[in-house]
Amino acid sequence: MAKMTGKQMVVEALKREGVDVIFGFPGGAIIDFYDTLEKDGTIKHVLVRHEQGAAHAADGYARASGKVGVCVATSGPGATNTVTGIATASLDSIPIVVFTGQVPTALIGNDAFQEVDIVGITRPCTKHNYLVKDVKDLPQVLKEAFYIAKSGRPGPVLVDLPKDVQNGKAEFDYPEEIKLRSYNPVIEPHGKQIERAYRLIEKAKRPVIYAGGGVIISNAAKELRALAKTMHIPVTMTLMGLGGFPGTHELSLGMLGMHGTYCANMAMANSDLIIAVGARFDDRVTGKIEAFAPLAKIIHLDIDPTSIQKNVKVDVPIVGDCKRVLKKLLLAAKDAGRSSEAWMDQHHAWLEQLDTWKNRHPLTYKEEPGVIKPQNVIEKLYEMTKGRAIITTEVGQNQMWTAQFYKFDEPRTLLTSGGLGTMGYGLPAAIGAQMAFPDKLVVDVAGDGSIQMNIQEMATAMEQRLPVKIVILNNQFLGMVRQWQELFYDRRYAATEFEMTPDFVKLAEAYGAKGFRATKPEEVDDVLSKGLEAEGLTIMEFAIAREEGVFPMVPAGKPTTEMLLV
Amino acid sequence: MKHTLSVLVENTPGALSRITGLFSGRAFNIESLNVAATLDPSLSHITLVTRGDEFIIEQIIKQLRRLVDVFKVVDVSEGEFVEREMALIKVRAEEQSRAEILRICDIFRCKVVDVSPKSYTLEVTGPESKLKAVIELLRPIGIKEIIRTGNIAIMREKKTI
Repeated sequence: MAKMTGKQMVVEALKREGVDVIFGFPGGAIIDFYDTLEKDGTIKHVLVRHEQGAAHAADGYARASGKVGVCVATSGPGATNTVTGIATASLDSIPIVVFTGQVPTALIGNDAFQEVDIVGITRPCTKHNYLVKDVKDLPQVLKEAFYIAKSGRPGPVLVDLPKDVQNGKAEFDYPEEIKLRSYNPVIEPHGKQIERAYRLIEKAKRPVIYAGGGVIISNAAKELRALAKTMHIPVTMTLMGLGGFPGTHELSLGMLGMHGTYCANMAMANSDLIIAVGARFDDRVTGKIEAFAPLAKIIHLDIDPTSIQKNVKVDVPIVGDCKRVLKKLLLAAKDAGRSSEAWMDQHHAWLEQLDTWKNRHPLTYKEEPGVIKPQNVIEKLYEMTKGRAIITTEVGQNQMWTAQFYKFDEPRTLLTSGGLGTMGYGLPAAIGAQMAFPDKLVVDVAGDGSIQMNIQEMATAMEQRLPVKIVILNNQFLGMVRQWQELFYDRRYAATEFEMTPDFVKLAEAYGAKGFRATKPEEVDDVLSKGLEAEGLTIMEFAIAREEGVFPMVPAGKPTTEMLLV
Repeated sequence: MKHTLSVLVENTPGALSRITGLFSGRAFNIESLNVAATLDPSLSHITLVTRGDEFIIEQIIKQLRRLVDVFKVVDVSEGEFVEREMALIKVRAEEQSRAEILRICDIFRCKVVDVSPKSYTLEVTGPESKLKAVIELLRPIGIKEIIRTGNIAIMREKKTI
């Protein structure tokens, strides 16, 4: 077998794994790999402006496409700059592989120039990571990295490549298949558990499906829809689960939790059976844990056993891939031969009750003459894009208004940092999504605070001629923190007001993009249509009601039935 | 409740650090930790003593199993098991106490592994309770230093990890 250098092995592995685009930023410790990448010329490289952008772009690419995202950085500061992106992917279970350059093995531990123990630093925020010390190990490590990133509960994997390993030579024997004795995710659910779950569902009078990001990751949206429809069970979604079930479906209760709908939170509080599908009972969902769903039995489907029984006690745990579990549950229902009418009869009263709650407090906001309401901007964005755009968000109020007022009907159309809550995620993620789908409309909904956290990626988007659309809801505040200060800190706006914000229209122009601004409600339509129709990268800035809040809101640590309403 | 976990891990650099990092990162507690080779050079064995209610122990075991480098985890304290710990105890040995130390040593079947004009070093092996008893008896005489291995445990009868 022909010998190959480490750097060639990485390029070759990328090809074999079907990677067509990678995101990165070069430096001294990764220059050798870049040289090979350039010479090879088959893999598209997107040069970002900050390594955090590379990690988020790889993550956005992965979320939008379902494939593994790849990014590259040099040693030391290049590597540490990816850490926030890695943690973001980790908390939301997103498959990315991160390659970092490292100083030569002989210098490791010497505090060499641009040396950092990135494997040590990222150990708690990767699914797994490797420092490759011998080029002979590299083919196996590369195969494992991709396999671990995408299998089971996906997550980020980092591979640290010392300079001498990149240049060292060995045989390239790339494994076709892989089996690791210490890593065997459970995919197929246990038949007994399916039976037990079905028996509970059969008896339930007030069931709710609580769907999380696992539905999207395991591509189980179709099965979820079928199950809900067959059994007439309403569905509420977490932030990560939005799009996993159509937001416009009559059985959809919308999002639950801290900024969830009144109906969804009331449903959980009064339900007698919660069917959790790929969700993890996060504190933003449960509120005060002791008061969470007091009347309900719980069936919990998850591929990761650690998610089960972590925060709440579960009656029927089912470990397995959500798609397979849902399929098995559907089969169980079919075998039982119960008619759609029978299910409807059983849940009729419950669905009526839910309708009452839906109508009592629907998602809403107060119109004010002369002032742009952010919710209205999102509603109009939804109408104009016919709900078909891929939406990324930053974090904070912009994220919550988007989650509430844009109705996501398809999976992989909302890309947002749910677990880590990373401001600055949206723009680079939009770049990644647009690279995956050049012909789709990709919109980043941002606030004036978070857009500035990775604003430098405007240059990346321009360079790649990506027609990403950026909506900035500008209130000259760090709005979500301001909202907490208003409600719980006697309106002391400590460090949340921006006295200086750049002129975003001019900023767009400085990058060679187009900028539009609306300061009055009557300008919203015009700015949106101009911005969405303009070619290339655009910024649409909306000067919104400065002290608008996100409602409903469950104050942190309170029961989810104690909602502050509009 | 105290639990003794037996963990087989891949013998790779960083495996131990993944485990200790898991405990500190998730606020689990480690009472003692022992790591050593096994008959299979590609695996290391860890005996880990921890405390927690049933939910915490369940989480600890699941979280350990989730680590890519962890091959097997067994809560040996769930069934019948034998546990041992060894301590080396350097105790002050003056004229008047030398005989007393040897008597304690004899009763507990300890070994004297080093002698000097001013001290004895004893090797004590047994379950934690025995070590505790020896230490309590030697304390008034004057313990200069104790080095302990931490618990190791093995399941009884035919069971193996």
